[in-house]
Amino acid sequence: MSKDFNVEKNFNLTKTNVGYTPRKETPLKTYKELGFISGLEVHQQLKTKEKLFCRCPAGLYSNFEDYDAELIRHMRPTLSEMGTYDGTALMEFRTRKNIIYRIKNETTCTYDVDDTPPFPINREAVDYAVQIALQLKLNIVGELHITRKQYLDGSIPTGFQRTAIIGIEGIIPLKKKKIRIIQLSIEEDSCREISDIGHERIYQTDRLGIPLIETVTYPDMKTPDEVLEAAQYIRFLNRSSGKVRIGIGAGREDVNVSITGGTRIEIKGVSHNKWIPELTHNEAFRQKALLVIKDNLNKFIPDAEKWKPVFKNVDFDVSDIEYAPIKEAMNKGWRLIACNLPDFNGILSHFLQPGKTFADELEGRLKVIACLEKPNFIHSEDMNPVFNETLLNQRAKLLNCKANDAQIVFWALQEDVQTACETIEERCRMAFEGVPNETRKALKDGTTIFERVLPGADRMYPDTDSAPIPIEDEYIEKQRKELPVDLVERYKQLKKWQVPDDCYHYILRNNLVPEIERINNDLKIDPKYIATTFAHTLKHIEGQLIPDVLFPYTKIYDMFKFILDKKLSFDIVKSILPVIYLYSQMEFESVLNSLEFEGYTKEAILNNVSSLQSMFSKIKKSKNPKAAEKWIMGNLRPIALGNIPLRELNTFVQKSISEGGAK
Amino acid sequence: MIDIFKGYKGDAVEILKKFNIRVWSETEIKTTRGDFSGIILPRSENDDDKHIVLKLVTGYNVGIDVRTITDMKEIGYKEAHYKIPEKEFPFTEGQSKVKLFGTGGTIASRLDYRTGAVIPAFSPGELYGAVPELADICNLETEKLFAVFSENMGPEQYKTLAIAIGKEIEKGIDGIIIGHGTDTLHHTAAALSFMIQNPPVPIILVGSQRSSDRPSSDAALNLMHAATAAAKSDIAEVMVCMFGPTSDEYGLLHQGTRVRKMHSSYRSTFRTIGDTPIATVTRDKITPIKRNYNHRRNDRKVSILPYFEDKVALLYYYPNMQPDMIYSLIDNGYKGIVIAGTGLGHVNKPLYPAIKKCKELGIPIYMTVQTLWGYVHMFVYDTGRDLMNYGIIPAENMLPEVAFIKLSWALGQTDDVDKVRDLMMTPIANEITKREPYNGYLIYQGGIPEVEEFIKKVHK
Repeated sequence: MSKDFNVEKNFNLTKTNVGYTPRKETPLKTYKELGFISGLEVHQQLKTKEKLFCRCPAGLYSNFEDYDAELIRHMRPTLSEMGTYDGTALMEFRTRKNIIYRIKNETTCTYDVDDTPPFPINREAVDYAVQIALQLKLNIVGELHITRKQYLDGSIPTGFQRTAIIGIEGIIPLKKKKIRIIQLSIEEDSCREISDIGHERIYQTDRLGIPLIETVTYPDMKTPDEVLEAAQYIRFLNRSSGKVRIGIGAGREDVNVSITGGTRIEIKGVSHNKWIPELTHNEAFRQKALLVIKDNLNKFIPDAEKWKPVFKNVDFDVSDIEYAPIKEAMNKGWRLIACNLPDFNGILSHFLQPGKTFADELEGRLKVIACLEKPNFIHSEDMNPVFNETLLNQRAKLLNCKANDAQIVFWALQEDVQTACETIEERCRMAFEGVPNETRKALKDGTTIFERVLPGADRMYPDTDSAPIPIEDEYIEKQRKELPVDLVERYKQLKKWQVPDDCYHYILRNNLVPEIERINNDLKIDPKYIATTFAHTLKHIEGQLIPDVLFPYTKIYDMFKFILDKKLSFDIVKSILPVIYLYSQMEFESVLNSLEFEGYTKEAILNNVSSLQSMFSKIKKSKNPKAAEKWIMGNLRPIALGNIPLRELNTFVQKSISEGGAK
Repeated sequence: MIDIFKGYKGDAVEILKKFNIRVWSETEIKTTRGDFSGIILPRSENDDDKHIVLKLVTGYNVGIDVRTITDMKEIGYKEAHYKIPEKEFPFTEGQSKVKLFGTGGTIASRLDYRTGAVIPAFSPGELYGAVPELADICNLETEKLFAVFSENMGPEQYKTLAIAIGKEIEKGIDGIIIGHGTDTLHHTAAALSFMIQNPPVPIILVGSQRSSDRPSSDAALNLMHAATAAAKSDIAEVMVCMFGPTSDEYGLLHQGTRVRKMHSSYRSTFRTIGDTPIATVTRDKITPIKRNYNHRRNDRKVSILPYFEDKVALLYYYPNMQPDMIYSLIDNGYKGIVIAGTGLGHVNKPLYPAIKKCKELGIPIYMTVQTLWGYVHMFVYDTGRDLMNYGIIPAENMLPEVAFIKLSWALGQTDDVDKVRDLMMTPIANEITKREPYNGYLIYQGGIPEVEEFIKKVHK
């Protein structure tokens, strides 16, 4: 590395070269110039009583430490159609992971752990999936064929997910354009990962096997905001069926992004839709950055075939080093390997994502493929160099490197060294090609890290354990009768009720239109008021308080009914709601008691006004006529609340003051 | 006739003919439910004639109801052929020579993507392609003796196997592996235990509970364990090698006469009954559990006794069984009967005349127990004594299936009931043991606190 190389400067310079701008400052035309396209795979758990291919209860989760037994498996790649191994398969096999499943007897049976063939598919789940496919206006298949989709990460003990297509080809209408749907499938959910350290990955099997639908769109979205809009639409549509689970992890998205010259990258496990714009924006620029790197490398290294990194055992003494990861590795007797990457100067600190460089890509792959825990290497373009002058010189001598090269030093168990070297070389070689096919894991900050090599289309196999399931016309007609009102109709309805725009998201997300309709029909309360009670008042409370049990939205109906029956004024809603939100089991009478509510007639309350008025005139300090009104209202509020509309009381007080003043 | 419609029949064939569509053609289909396109796949013969199978471009298969089809158009043709890749099995100087006999079980196989049919991998090249680790364990030769499902294995196959194994031993092989379906694996193991006596090398039967077309298959590991046992173990017995726990940890080597399939689908389905397994096996070592076994020898002195009488029955007793069950066996010319009786070895009184009749006709009846664990004890109750008076012979702690195989083997050699009795009651390969150790019977019950504590710590 040349002495005057400045890492930070290089990062910023390359960021400018890539043309990166924060999302909020990025005009729409930038995405067009990048050739941004994106598609979605929306996963949504169905609200069935049992799992998809066994009779275990669905939806019971337990703490990671609460399990009855463990078992160990290894996943082995199976031969693909062409007699070769799938890329992901091979990678997963290279990692040599011990997969440990923690099982709880309550939620896991011998099917879940692949010791029993599948039971006939859960018909309740098929019903719900068909209903949602009908809502999406898909072409429903004539027969379900259970297919095995291979996953070698161990997230499913069989090594594959059983899945079947319900329908294909549909359209969803966004505000300004239509998005095409490729297909909707039904599938079994995977295990929850507890940890993944070194050569051991631990899973919990409670989520495994819960029925799930996956809705896949064409890559029709052209901006990050469109991706979000489509994701919201599909989520709302799923929820409008009333047949899906809600709560953490019940709905998850995989987002595919590519730009011109790039490749389809699958960002997995996006558990919050609001992350989507930032993630897709950053992914587009990450691909752009990789294309810039590709151009630079090919410019300086005309013959990529001949490019070859050099790996050497570190032969000089590092025992004085203070850097903890290397110290620990040395204590454990691991090997320390130095690597020279010819002509790679400036690449390792090249900008890829906000706060992330090309070196992070290597780090991610070393973790996943070679099982090296992070941090797993130091390099010549670290912000905070670990090696001092002496060590740098020794390294340079060992590797015989030139000014325009980059260097890496990593530490690993003997058995992992070869895989690690291969991984480094492989990823660097890919830099000459541009954007490698891979799946990436979404992080909260809008960036992503390497997860796996993107599996090929060769990983679909027919399931020899299941017979095809016919879907007859009569059956489809029967399911059609179960459909909720179309989501487009829901939007129209909200508009007609003059519900404010800022309420839509909350109401649709929680599928509350039917509930508003029910309250309006039965209790004749203004739908706009009901809507704001949900989307303003209740939403505000949800942000402030944490109840022990999930608040049932049907409780709002009961509350309004109680208020009407008791002939209370609606002003009391704001006092009742926080109480019932926290204690949804509490009876309404008890709620009133807890609020120290006492019933007074209107007359009884109004009768107090004149005496309070004269009392105020004795103690008043302010000449402001509003002061009297405020003071009187303040005194009467506790007894008036719920008994008489506060607005009516206020008008009466104002009138009384103005009449009193006239006296 | 060549089945150009590959599994299609009835209405489905009619519609394919009507629109002139071949199997394997890339087709656009218009239906009353919308449009579909993909490749027409063959259909399983057992499925109905109302649907056509289509592979979509996404790799998924779907069925199209022929009653909804309004139009079909062929736009291409893509027939697929499947073959397991072959790589030459490398020879390593100094490694043991092991022979793998194939019987038709799919120990190593993969799925035909489009039809779902299983293609067995069998040649050394194919096996090496699928399980390359085998080359680090032994120098492997293979021979496919027959291709039958486990449930169709029978006397002819037992005899052929025994003779073939005998020849290999003479030729100087270091170990034998037999790939076998799991359903009747223990029957074959018992038959070979009697037909191949005093073998100088390990003879290992192996199968898999999860076929090797799935990533979680136990086939590769079972095969590696079997190869290790055949190549390296000192135990020269006929043994079954299958998973110990359901976890991918170690295999167990079970005595061929004491092993039984005990679960319809678990990986760890094979259990030694009434004794402990002989040893545990991992990819690199064999750890004996029992001290008494026949050791590997350099000589080639083995007795091959390939005999089997077809007319032997195994009768599973149930309450109110009528004597006609036995009379019909007599009428049909059966030469020997094994009864799996209740408890200590009992059947009801109505059978007595039929049993007496067998004695008169020289048809031996041997008594075993349905409980699987434990000995037949016919002196404890009068019933037992009566039965013995009528000629029933208690078969000690021989497993019912093993007694059946042994009686067939004995009657295959002689009709003399006394000689048969000698053969039956003289243990050859621990099919009868003198004693049942305390840890020979362990069936833990879930839910009991100490058991729960145990299985939380130890993989089942």
